[in-house]
Amino acid sequence: MSLDIPQTQDATSEARRQIEICNACRYCEGYCSVFPAITRERAFGDGDITQLANLCHNCRGCYYACQYTEPHEFALNLPAALAEVRVESWARFAWPGRFARVFQQNGVALALALALSIAALFWALTALRPESGQGFYAFLSHAAMVAIFVPAFVFPFAVIAIGLKRYWREAGGTAITMAHLKSAFGDAARMKNLSGGAADGCNFEKTDRYSHARRHAHHAVMYGFLLCLASTSSGTVLHYVFDMPAPYGLFSLPKLLGIPGGFLLTIGAASLAWLKIKADPSLGAPSVWGGEMAFVFLLGATGATGLALYGATGTALVSPLLALHLGTVLAFFLTTPYSKMVHGFYRLAALVRDAQLRG
Amino acid sequence: MRDLSKTIWDVIVVGGGNAGLCAAIEAAETGARVLILDSAPKAYRGGNSRHTRNFRCMHRGPLSVLTGAYEKDEYFDDLIRVTKGKTDETLARMTIAASEECLPWMEAHGVAFQKSLSGTLSLSRTNAFFLGGGKALVNAYYNTAEDLGVTTRYEAEVTHIVVEDGAFTGLDALIDGTPSRIEGRAVVIASGGFQADLDWLADAWGSSARNFLIRGTPYNRGVVLRDMLNQGAESVGDPTQCHAVAIDGRSPKFDGGIVTRLDCVPFSIVVNKDGDRFYDEGEDVWPKRYAIWGRLVAGQPEQVAFSVIDAKSIDKFMPSVYPPETANTIDGLAQKLGISGTKLRETVDAFNAACRPGNFMPTELDGLATDGLTPPKTNWARPITDPPFYGYSLRPGVTFTYLGLKVDETARVSGPGGPLANVWAAGEIMAGSILGEGYLAGFGMTIGTVFGRIAGQEAAAHVA
Repeated sequence: MSLDIPQTQDATSEARRQIEICNACRYCEGYCSVFPAITRERAFGDGDITQLANLCHNCRGCYYACQYTEPHEFALNLPAALAEVRVESWARFAWPGRFARVFQQNGVALALALALSIAALFWALTALRPESGQGFYAFLSHAAMVAIFVPAFVFPFAVIAIGLKRYWREAGGTAITMAHLKSAFGDAARMKNLSGGAADGCNFEKTDRYSHARRHAHHAVMYGFLLCLASTSSGTVLHYVFDMPAPYGLFSLPKLLGIPGGFLLTIGAASLAWLKIKADPSLGAPSVWGGEMAFVFLLGATGATGLALYGATGTALVSPLLALHLGTVLAFFLTTPYSKMVHGFYRLAALVRDAQLRG
Repeated sequence: MRDLSKTIWDVIVVGGGNAGLCAAIEAAETGARVLILDSAPKAYRGGNSRHTRNFRCMHRGPLSVLTGAYEKDEYFDDLIRVTKGKTDETLARMTIAASEECLPWMEAHGVAFQKSLSGTLSLSRTNAFFLGGGKALVNAYYNTAEDLGVTTRYEAEVTHIVVEDGAFTGLDALIDGTPSRIEGRAVVIASGGFQADLDWLADAWGSSARNFLIRGTPYNRGVVLRDMLNQGAESVGDPTQCHAVAIDGRSPKFDGGIVTRLDCVPFSIVVNKDGDRFYDEGEDVWPKRYAIWGRLVAGQPEQVAFSVIDAKSIDKFMPSVYPPETANTIDGLAQKLGISGTKLRETVDAFNAACRPGNFMPTELDGLATDGLTPPKTNWARPITDPPFYGYSLRPGVTFTYLGLKVDETARVSGPGGPLANVWAAGEIMAGSILGEGYLAGFGMTIGTVFGRIAGQEAAAHVA
């Protein structure tokens, strides 16, 4: 674990120094929501900086347009400064905070969590193998799955709820209306802040050339993930409400949602990883690069192992692939409050707060 | 790296700012083999264009981000007002007329525009703002030029343009510090003014010029301009004049750009090093006065002045890059500013005593003037009484110089024997042909775009 993480105060002070220069310039107003938010203020408290940092989508348009980047003595690198504040803030809001530092920064820790989860599932499949059952349930009973995954699902959301509450207090949030939510979810659904505004895309993998690759890859991951989640939810509803337990055929709701979802998630994650390798790490928070990369692989692996499991239906590979897939899903959920996954929650909160501040 | 002297280039462009890039793109689009030589390292490419934010554009109806209409005659009247008639009417009218079709051309070549920035609403009709500012524009043009096969060499300082019998044959340049002769069939000179050469400024202004800050690139040293003038090229513009504005005195010597501006003067009193006021701070709204304050401060001892406000005015102007000096007493503030406390207190007391009651209106001429004070403050005169008190230092910041090469409507440069066969100029180096005095926001980029494109087209046609 890296020990040279800047202290909160340092990251926030550095971001404040840069933001005050931005506020005297204002050339970047059209790129994203961060700059209009800056121009609404004259002075920036710690909570304002946290809010701006979480509003930033790291599109990097402002960096390549900036006349004050190094070697200029003002040494602006706003995407990096805000990234540092952002990852610091997630660690500060997480409960318990120690875990956040481990998984956010450390790809090895995330891989270890994955290996442990998979091993646990192999053990469960061996130790808890039911007498009978259809499909997956022949290997692990429905009751056992519920016993493992309901807590694994509830726990991260409870922890994230604590974090969001802390965020909201620090950012000075007020009562939320439907209009705020509509604005925030609309922006998130379109990834408006990765669009570059009037520019045709953001500046990520092709330095100062604009590209939509990252936005499209992120869309694939986000919608793929949501389809997979919808697939599982639809299965739950079919099981409990309609008394239709798995396995489901190709033209069932869980499969119609899950298969495209799995493909989108896998391809999107692979694209994001490739883009991340091509992009300049110094415009983000370099200390969390490894943790972020591991997270992207974990996301992609949940999709890929799910598809592989479906592809192996009826073969001897079902049992090991089931352990692999369920282990991956388990690791994903358990580390969610401490991995890059939290960015989605805090960014949404920042978009809601921004909608409030725009009035 | 490729040896540039092994090729005979069709068009060599000297200077890779807005004008040079427009010329290079136009020439390359005809299939010409084009070389750009920029004296700056890549991180500082683009000359002063990196610091710009918009260009002034004629339009008959809403166009892209521009609202309403800005017709030729209004544009020309605005130009006459700022230049006090010191312009070439033919070139000026031609530039204005050509500006309209520049906007779609710029968009087609990668430039993105944005609505006028907060705090600049007054420009939403006349000036189209570049998304991300001038550096984003420069980046877009370099990418377009690269895609068209243009070769660019940074840290390539051109020292001499070789003109034989009225025609250009090649040039001498320091490429990575090594002298090289590069041959070409046509040249576009777009290397800017000489405002970064402090010795040259001192020749024109006296040694006080060494205390001036240079708002833009340190690479505009006028080497090629001087070389062309030495060879008898026709010049235009007052050699002793530069456009200087009052900026924050703590700004970097070079390249401070937009953020160093200070908009507090109209709401303040301005004193010199001796603690004395010297000019009416409230004569007019700041956009109409910031340029004369460069000269006013240049005329004060040590070329420095101090703008003093109180708590009532701190949020009445755009935030600036450096926080002000702050103190709870006038004496304390004077100490921080490095001037006599007794003297500053006397000046503030005299000013406060001359203030009259009335309605303060920060965004318009409110007529709130001092009574019986010399010099008077004719608007926004409110007593400086509420602590904390704030002080900003002011210094002259040079934006550009007026002396340049005289060109005709085809951007062609003339030598002692008449027009040169294959030498064109564009941008700041010839802007004095049209802008003889003063400045009109965004007009430098208009001149650069219009004449850059013309120069590129003409040079390409010559070598076709």
